[in-house]
Amino acid sequence: MDFILTIIEQGLIYGILALGVYITYKILDFPDLTVDGSFPMGAAVTAALIKAGVNAYLTLPIAFFAGALAGVCTGLIHVKFKVRDLLSGIIMMTGLYTINLKIAGTNNVPLFSQETIFKNEFLEGIFKGTIPAYVKIIIILIIAAVSKILLDLYLKTKSGYLLRAVGDNENLVTSLAKDKGNVKILGLAIANGLVALSGCVFAQEQKVFDISSGVGSIVLGLASVIIGISLFGKIYVMKATTAVILGSILYKACVAAAIKFFDPTSMKLITAVLFLAVLIISMDRKKKVKKSA
Amino acid sequence: MLELKNIHKFYNPGTVNEMCLFENFNLSVPTGQFVSVVGSNGSGKTSLLNLICGSIELDGGQVLIDGKDIAKQKEYQRQKYIGRVYQNPAMGTCPQMTILENMSLADNKGKFFGLKRGTEKSRIEFYRENLRQLGLGLEDKMDIRVGALSGGQRQAMALLMSTMTPIDFLILDEHTAALDPKTADLIMELTDKIVREKKLTTIMVTHNLRYAVEYGDRLLMMHQGQAVLDAAGEEKKKIQIDDILERFNEISIECGN
Repeated sequence: MDFILTIIEQGLIYGILALGVYITYKILDFPDLTVDGSFPMGAAVTAALIKAGVNAYLTLPIAFFAGALAGVCTGLIHVKFKVRDLLSGIIMMTGLYTINLKIAGTNNVPLFSQETIFKNEFLEGIFKGTIPAYVKIIIILIIAAVSKILLDLYLKTKSGYLLRAVGDNENLVTSLAKDKGNVKILGLAIANGLVALSGCVFAQEQKVFDISSGVGSIVLGLASVIIGISLFGKIYVMKATTAVILGSILYKACVAAAIKFFDPTSMKLITAVLFLAVLIISMDRKKKVKKSA
Repeated sequence: MLELKNIHKFYNPGTVNEMCLFENFNLSVPTGQFVSVVGSNGSGKTSLLNLICGSIELDGGQVLIDGKDIAKQKEYQRQKYIGRVYQNPAMGTCPQMTILENMSLADNKGKFFGLKRGTEKSRIEFYRENLRQLGLGLEDKMDIRVGALSGGQRQAMALLMSTMTPIDFLILDEHTAALDPKTADLIMELTDKIVREKKLTTIMVTHNLRYAVEYGDRLLMMHQGQAVLDAAGEEKKKIQIDDILERFNEISIECGN
């Protein structure tokens, strides 16, 4: 039971990241590698703030804005300096590594004795002492659900329509007398904001900030999006955002199962093979490979 | 009033392949005029439209709208006054979005795209009425994705969307070229109806000489960056297809085709 709960918890946390990747990869059609830097950025900001004694719940919006800022930078590099989309992300990801170290102060910040969104006086007050185990998953579920619902609502606004249009047919955005570059920057900001939010929750759940936590998060995000969309996307009543979060949980389950049966050191290889398998099954790669190779 | 003054445009400047397309090209289109532009490939028709819209940059000269030079404005800024329909029906609509969402986007052109509801409920009836006028039955399919429509249906929508908000100019870039003859006729009739109803100043590039003769108040034939034929009003009405075909052949012979 604990095994399954951990999978769902992790799946939901990475589901928030997957929502961000969904925006860039599916809506904007922009392969954004900033994610590998903005995810630990959210965690680094959170660690620094918690160490400084800031209320744990305040770290959520602050981490979001920090990530959004990273997204804006990627967007500016791509739009204003006309650097290719993949390279813009790689440049930011590389630069963020140092920035994250500077923010956190060191490459590993333990938060065991600190107050987090899962363990604080407020919650202890409610539950009079010890906080039951199920509270953690509920808090994660609330954060993931709120992120998803807000994103759904946003995509139904005029600004959200424009965001969807820029990935679909950027020419139309120009003919609506709007600067397509600015729309892309906005999209990257929201996407990386969500990714950093995911990093923020992750750091508090793990009770530690680790600089290497971002490695491979883009692969994880992409895999979640592709698994989610290709498995659940066909279900008419289900929104793509829900499908993406379910995709993330399923992906985590596969990885967890693989680790149980194989040697833990082969995890990265299993991840890569799994991702490749999903790509082949979904047949989504044709267009993307041509465009971004 | 749209005026092009002393337009210069070179391709591949500074190389052995340097080609001068426009040199001191002038054109003025009075408000409300419907101009058809014909000409062989490479004669500068599409370049002319791209220069007006800002898709390519001028090397010299002015583009004036009601006396105001817009040559320095970026492409997207100019689109405030311009509506454009492209040859490719996919260019004017968003395939992944529904008909209703596409209409809502077009309806908000020139306004702020903020956090208000994307589709205003009060406007849905208006969109339905607009779609009904196309006579393609799209008014009953407002929730399906535009990508599922045929090229002709998409082009009809693109036409509707580009003329939904008040614009000064309508630019039609071979907008019937990718359609079958029957659909092309339908789109052309629709175009004429919309242009007349909204009294739009229009520039239409076409390879279809019949459309150029039948529609519009002025006919322009381009050749090597020059207007070799420019007929308006009564003179235009007298022109027959054979006349321009003959002129077309003369040009082609000059080129050695």
